[in-house]
Amino acid sequence: MTANRLAESLLALSQQEELADLPKDYLLSESEDEGDNDGERKHQKLLEAISSLDGKNRRKLAERSEASLKVSEFSVSSEGSGEKLVLADLLEPVKTSSSLATVKKQLSRVKSKKTVELPLNKEEIERIHREVAFNKTAQVLSKWDPVVLKNRQAEQLVFPLEKEEPAIAPIEHVLSGWKARTPLEQEIFNLLHKNKQPVTDPLLTPVEKASLRAMSLEEAKMRRAELQRARALQSYYEAKARREKKIKSKKYHKVVKKGKAKKALKEFEQLQKVNPTVALEEMEKIENARMMERMSLKHQNSGKWAKSKAIMAKYDLEARQAMQEQLSKNKELTQKLQVASESEEEEGGTEDVEELLVPDVVNEVQMNADGPNPWMLRSCTSDTKEAATQEDPEQLPELAAHEVSASGAEERPVAEEEILLREFEERQSLRKRSELNQDAEPASSQETKDSSSQEVLSELRALSQKLKEKHQSRKQKASSEGTVPQVQREEPAPEEEEPLLLQRPERVQTLEELEELGKEDCFQNKELPRPLLEGQQSERTPNNRPDAPKEKKEKEQLINLQNFLTTQSPSVRSLAVPTIIEELEDEEERNHRQMIKEAFAGDDVIRDFLKEKREAVEASKPKDVDLTLPGWGEWGGVGLKPSAKKRRQFLIKAPEGPPRKDKNLPNVIINEKRNIHAAAHQVQVLPFPFTHHWQFERTIQTPIGSTWNTQRAFQKLTTPKVVTKPGHIIKPIKAEDVGYQSSSRSDLPVIQRNPKRITTRHNKEEKL
Amino acid sequence: MKVKMLSRNPDNYVRETKLDLQRVPRNYDPALHPFEVPREYVRALNATKLERVFAKPFLASLDGHRDGVNCLAKHPENLATVLSGACDGEVRIWNLTQRNCIRTIQAHEGFVRGICTRFCGTSFFTVGDDKTVKQWKMDGPGYGDEEEPLHTILGKTVYTGIDHHWKEAVFATCGQQVDIWDEQRTNPICSMTWGFDSISSVKFNPIETFLLGSCASDRNIVLYDMRQATPLKKVILDMRTNTICWNPMEAFIFTAANEDYNLYTFDMRALDTPVMVHMDHVSAVLDVDYSPTGKEFVSASFDKSIRIFPVDKSRSREVYHTKRMQHVICVKWTSDSKYIMCGSDEMNIRLWKANASEKLGVLTSREKAAKDYNQKLKEKFQHYPHIKRIARHRHLPKSIYSQIQEQRIMKEARRRKEVNRIKHSKPGSVPIVSEKKKHVVAVVK
Repeated sequence: MTANRLAESLLALSQQEELADLPKDYLLSESEDEGDNDGERKHQKLLEAISSLDGKNRRKLAERSEASLKVSEFSVSSEGSGEKLVLADLLEPVKTSSSLATVKKQLSRVKSKKTVELPLNKEEIERIHREVAFNKTAQVLSKWDPVVLKNRQAEQLVFPLEKEEPAIAPIEHVLSGWKARTPLEQEIFNLLHKNKQPVTDPLLTPVEKASLRAMSLEEAKMRRAELQRARALQSYYEAKARREKKIKSKKYHKVVKKGKAKKALKEFEQLQKVNPTVALEEMEKIENARMMERMSLKHQNSGKWAKSKAIMAKYDLEARQAMQEQLSKNKELTQKLQVASESEEEEGGTEDVEELLVPDVVNEVQMNADGPNPWMLRSCTSDTKEAATQEDPEQLPELAAHEVSASGAEERPVAEEEILLREFEERQSLRKRSELNQDAEPASSQETKDSSSQEVLSELRALSQKLKEKHQSRKQKASSEGTVPQVQREEPAPEEEEPLLLQRPERVQTLEELEELGKEDCFQNKELPRPLLEGQQSERTPNNRPDAPKEKKEKEQLINLQNFLTTQSPSVRSLAVPTIIEELEDEEERNHRQMIKEAFAGDDVIRDFLKEKREAVEASKPKDVDLTLPGWGEWGGVGLKPSAKKRRQFLIKAPEGPPRKDKNLPNVIINEKRNIHAAAHQVQVLPFPFTHHWQFERTIQTPIGSTWNTQRAFQKLTTPKVVTKPGHIIKPIKAEDVGYQSSSRSDLPVIQRNPKRITTRHNKEEKL
Repeated sequence: MKVKMLSRNPDNYVRETKLDLQRVPRNYDPALHPFEVPREYVRALNATKLERVFAKPFLASLDGHRDGVNCLAKHPENLATVLSGACDGEVRIWNLTQRNCIRTIQAHEGFVRGICTRFCGTSFFTVGDDKTVKQWKMDGPGYGDEEEPLHTILGKTVYTGIDHHWKEAVFATCGQQVDIWDEQRTNPICSMTWGFDSISSVKFNPIETFLLGSCASDRNIVLYDMRQATPLKKVILDMRTNTICWNPMEAFIFTAANEDYNLYTFDMRALDTPVMVHMDHVSAVLDVDYSPTGKEFVSASFDKSIRIFPVDKSRSREVYHTKRMQHVICVKWTSDSKYIMCGSDEMNIRLWKANASEKLGVLTSREKAAKDYNQKLKEKFQHYPHIKRIARHRHLPKSIYSQIQEQRIMKEARRRKEVNRIKHSKPGSVPIVSEKKKHVVAVVK
């Protein structure tokens, strides 16, 4: 509606302006012929005056006595002709003169137009001006909408908005203002200048620059040729590689691969001799490859090809071989390589293994012997206190080391047990590994013969062999355990024992331990013929085995009997035989339970709880209301009870409430009453920006503290919304700050900028 | 021989320098840190309580004027310099860091009605009851020289306010009309009127600098466009607006301080409904100034208090008052958005902290982290009744307190009456007018 009106008024304005230029010439032309018939006009005037006397209210038209520029287009008087002025009348004299053709044309154009509306009054015009200006301004302002929205939604605003970039002055500028003052500085500058060293940015001396500039033609040609050659070579090489890549023959690729492997091996050997550190790195790479292989299932005979081969293997020798090969490859890849130290030559392998297999006991005990380890000592003493059957609490481990007794029921320091535990674990892991290897045994044995040249790998193989042996012996042990009668055996041969004693100046007390030592020995003495070794083992192992646990049990019981409430010694866990451990654990558990029972003999928690729950249920039940009035409608008094009928009549039974939430939860009491004290700390109504209670709960449940979050996350979660720098003036936002172009136009009023309009404007204002 | 030992990489626990913090290895397993919500709740509660404990906003009082302080101006380039004009025609320049007056000028006879600084900070303008506009140098005269203005313009009518353009050598005065002056001329380059009324203040828009806003005593706020030398729009409110202030970060937002105890934030493109009605004062609001961040503004009131409002909240977040502070006539937020100054009837200029409990001075990084964390906690748990109660608690002078109660009752009665009227009349015959629209009488194009 307003827009419509606006449009109309604008149209009117424009029409008005269009006509504005017209009347001037028009009037000028008119005034010419007006001067002639002056007398006629006077006469007419007189007539008019007379006619106005008759009382009729005649409109008096303004008289124009002289021609002037200031003529209002609205008061063109048509006096003189006595009738309304018609355009045709005006045109009549014009017709004859040909010089006024343009005027004629204009007038004829005017003729076709309708009469112009009256211009709007001043208020209206101003209103329109205002509206137009407002719309324009609103449009200008709307460019700020995205900026404002962005700033309102920003996670963080850092003020001042404009980034003050630290002015980094180029070194030349700094130097130009700086003078060498101290003698040292002067000296340095002198030196620099003498050598014509560049002080500032270009780092080349003038000489260097000159030489750079002067590159002779021959040189340039040579360089170009060189480059050409290099490019050609590169392209040849690329083409070759592409060709080779395209070859489909498997055999070819196999051969290539093998060749590569061989080459690599040779290089590696060379490296080992020449540069051991690099070799070590290589080794690490191989180790990595091994790890990858272990992770993957590539050569595990589980692929499609392998499965098909497995079917064929029954009948086809070739397929069998292929499978074997595959497995062997897997084994080869998964074998762990050992670093051979340089000092060891032939024996290196065995010794290495020996070192590996000598348990940590050795070290620890040595440490023990060297200096008093507070941990060890404490555990020893504590044990001494514990054990009632101990012979001599004062005995130090070093002294006792020589006394190798066969008696089972003996004290053993806790430290030793720990060592045992570790040993056991180690052995277990070894066993696992050996089991793994066993599957691939035939292949590996074959390979050991084949690739005897690979020294590094052979070491490993030896290790696996040993492990295998060990495994076998263990198996034997297990089988013989049940049948072989209990025989007290002497210790292993002295020649085996002596180095042991030397190595560990500690008591070796239990038979198992000795047995283990023996085993280790047998690994040490690798040179011994194998059957002998095995014989030894088979002899030794079974007899020690069965009595050990028994003894342990005895000891356990003794301890348990005597100090009932003390904590368990860790020895129980450290034993090697799992079944017996379980038994022991059972017993322990029982003891434990017993202990707890005794400790809390007085209170029956469960019954108390049940009672409490029953009370809670009772309390929460709605109560019946008894409205009987004794003595109302019957006799009352002491000892008289209202009749049962009446009681029944006036008893209002409470309705059964909703079922309790903990009805089906026997171990829980749910309090359904509102807790007033907690209410102060609970939000009653959902706060504004949230639309669902779970949204709010989730925000509350996400902790923001550094206790629950990493430092980075904590910082991110606690960023303040507005950051201001202290002591910095924050200027109002500018168009340049947000990437807009600031208006280059001056804000000065339009009238100020074009003085032509200023005059008209002022005139207008004066007039109004 | 491989020796297995417990060993740690020294990189994990050795500090590089002695000044480094000790590295505390942490396990973030949530099982190890249970009860996160209750623990954070307690922390938030403590933070809120501490905030109230440390809320000591009053910093200093600058005394020296011998009459009520009528107007204040900030130095655009220097944070420490503040100018003030008093009701006896005296202008003083203050140093905030030293908290003393560094210069005194007897600028006018009668009130200093308005004061403003040039955008470059080299000079400032004052208008007074003696119908003059005077330009002064910011630096004092040399020894022995007399204190004289750079220029003096004698006007025909009294000027009631002045504001300087943000970029150009142009300033605007208001009185019976809004005049825009070139600094070099003694006649205004254009005057803009819309009806006949006395205009009490005029303000340039700091972003779109050709825009002006003014408020007149016939209850209206008029916007002008300086480029086109024409008024744009006029909004008539219930009661007179004392002054307006443009948001320095949002070009089309301004806030008007009204006599009806409220402040109205308008979007100048849609004047028929204010964006927000801010109410908490219990007497006429005399002055308003935005924080330079554009997120908050401070208002000074006849009820002897100043209040800080977030732009998007209708209730104030803070109220400052002291026993000695009388009607606050003018208020300014400093350009670093850290402090607030207010000039009042009893001749003092007071300096306040914008955040009452903020620690002044340099913070260590740990302090900063703790501050941020506490702030976030307070924000997170702000809806909890206990915390809300503590955070909202303010001590008020008895006069203000009882006024608030009284007005609450009045408002409730009015609301009840309206509800009853709606209830007992034909549905639809009594229109429901929102609080925002209630105060706008008309928008004149």
